[in-house]
Amino acid sequence: MKRGSWNLTPLQIITHIGAWIPLAVGLWDLWQGNLGPDIIREATLRTGKTALILLLLSLACTPVNTLFKFRTVLKLRRPLGLYSFMYASIHFAIFIGVDYFFDFRLIQDALLEKRYAIVGLITGTILLLLGITSTKGWQRRLKKNWKRLHRLVYLAGILAVVHYIWLVKQGVSDPWLYAGIVALLLILRMKPVKKWAISVLQPRIPKRA
Amino acid sequence: MDKIKSSEITPERVYLSRRDFLKSMGIVSASAAVLAACGPAANATADATLNPTEAPAMESEAPAATAQATTDELGDPLNSFEDITNYNNFYEFTTDKQRVAKLATDFRTSPWEVQVGGLVNNPKTYSIDDLRKFEAEERIYRLRCVEAWSMVIPWFGFPLHKLLAEVEPKSEAKYVRFETLYDKEQFPGQKTDIWYQWPYVEGLRMDEAMNDLTLMATGLYGKDLLPQNGAPIRLVVPWKYGFKSIKSIVKIDLVAEMPTSLWMAAAPQEYGFYANVNPNVDHPRWSQATERRIGELGRRASIMFNGYEEEVAHLYDGMDLSANY
Repeated sequence: MKRGSWNLTPLQIITHIGAWIPLAVGLWDLWQGNLGPDIIREATLRTGKTALILLLLSLACTPVNTLFKFRTVLKLRRPLGLYSFMYASIHFAIFIGVDYFFDFRLIQDALLEKRYAIVGLITGTILLLLGITSTKGWQRRLKKNWKRLHRLVYLAGILAVVHYIWLVKQGVSDPWLYAGIVALLLILRMKPVKKWAISVLQPRIPKRA
Repeated sequence: MDKIKSSEITPERVYLSRRDFLKSMGIVSASAAVLAACGPAANATADATLNPTEAPAMESEAPAATAQATTDELGDPLNSFEDITNYNNFYEFTTDKQRVAKLATDFRTSPWEVQVGGLVNNPKTYSIDDLRKFEAEERIYRLRCVEAWSMVIPWFGFPLHKLLAEVEPKSEAKYVRFETLYDKEQFPGQKTDIWYQWPYVEGLRMDEAMNDLTLMATGLYGKDLLPQNGAPIRLVVPWKYGFKSIKSIVKIDLVAEMPTSLWMAAAPQEYGFYANVNPNVDHPRWSQATERRIGELGRRASIMFNGYEEEVAHLYDGMDLSANY
C-alpha cells in the first residue's frame, strides 16, 4: 500500500462509507434486539444479501462504463468486490461459529453433501482468491493471467444467486430478482448486445478505439 | 441411515429429561390411557401439579397470555408469546416471516364458518361458537418447520377426532382434506404470489386425523389465536413438518382419494403427502438432521416424529419413510 495513492473520488468515498452501513445497521439492530426471533437466520440472510448486492454492484461497474462512458466507476470494482468478500466472510463465520457452533461433524455430515452449501463454499473461495490477488503486486505478477483469473467474478455472481435460490422454498421470488440482475449484467457484456445498447445510448458519440 | 445411535445424536440433557419424563409417565399412565405425551398429565411433570387445573376460558378479554406449564414434556422451555406471534410462515400474507403479524392485523375472523362435508353421514357447517362447544384443553407441542427451525408452543384446542365423530365419516372416507380461506382482499399473497395454486390445501390419512395428538387449535398461551397464527381455527399435527398444520380453515372434506396439498403441487419432489419429521430423510436441498430452536444458539438434533414416536410410529409400520416423505 503506497501512501501517495489516497486520492479518492467522491464516488469512492461514498462507496467506502456506504459499504459499512449495512454492518453498522446490523450491529445496531442486534444491540437493540431488532433482528427478530431467529437472530441467526436474520444475521445470516442480511450478511449474505449484502455480500450479493455488493458483488452485483462490482459486476455492474464495467457495463456502466461501456454504456454511459462513466470511467470513474471502474475504480469501484475492487473496493466493492473486497467489501463483498468481507460480508461473505461474516456470513460464513456466523454459519460455522454461531449457527453450527463449530460442530464440524454436523457441518460435514449434514451440509457438505448439500448442493447449496457447496455452491456457497465455492463462491466464497472464489471471492477469497480474488481478494488476495486484488493488489497491484499480484496484478503485476500474474500479468495477463490476472485478467483471466478475475473473470471468475462472473462465476461468483452466478453461483451466489444459485446459492440463494437453492435455499428458499419454491415460489419465493426474492432470489429471482437477483438472478435477473445477474443475467442482465452478463447479457450486457455480450458483444452484439453491447453494440446495440451503445448505439441506442450514444448515437452521436463516434466510436473510440 | 443407521450409522449413528440415537443416544449419540440426542443431546444428553434431552435424553435424560426424556427418561425422567418416561419414568413419571409410568406413574400416571394408569389414568391417562391413550394420550401420553401431551395432555395435562404431561404438564404435571413440568409444574408438579398432579391435578390438572381447568383449561383457561376462551374469551378474548382473557388477561395476560399464560400457559399452564413452562416447558414441554422433554423439559424444553416454551417459546415466548412474542416469538410465536411474530415469526410466521403464512404465505397468504407474505413470504417474509417477520411481516406477517403486521399484515394480518385487520384480518376478519368473525363471522367465520367451517363447512364439514364430503363422505360423511352428517355434513355440518360450524360457526366459531359451535366449535367452541368442543371441550378444549392446553397442548404443549413442538413445532418443527421443514426449514429446520422449531418452537415449543402451548396450543389450546380440541382433538380433531371429536369433530369427525360428530359428522360420522362413511366407510369409504380414507382421507381428510382441509382448505384455507380463499380471499384475495384479505390475503394479499393470494393475489401476488401466483406461483402457488391457492387456496392452501392440506390432508391427512384417516388414522392420522383420528390420532389423539391431532389438534384443532383455536388459541395459544390461553388466548384466542391471532390471525398470523391461523385464526380463528387451524390444524396442529405435531409430528409432521409445520406446513401440514394448515391455518384459517374454512372447509374440511372427507374423501376417498389422497388429496394433493399446495406444497405437493408446487414441488412434488420436495414435499410429500406425509411430511413426517424425520432426521434420517433429508429435504433434497438441505439436511433435516438438525434444527435451530428459536431462542437458542447452535443447533439441536432433530428427533424422529418430532419426539412423538410412541404415539404415532405405529401408523407407519411397514412403510418406507424415505419414499413416503
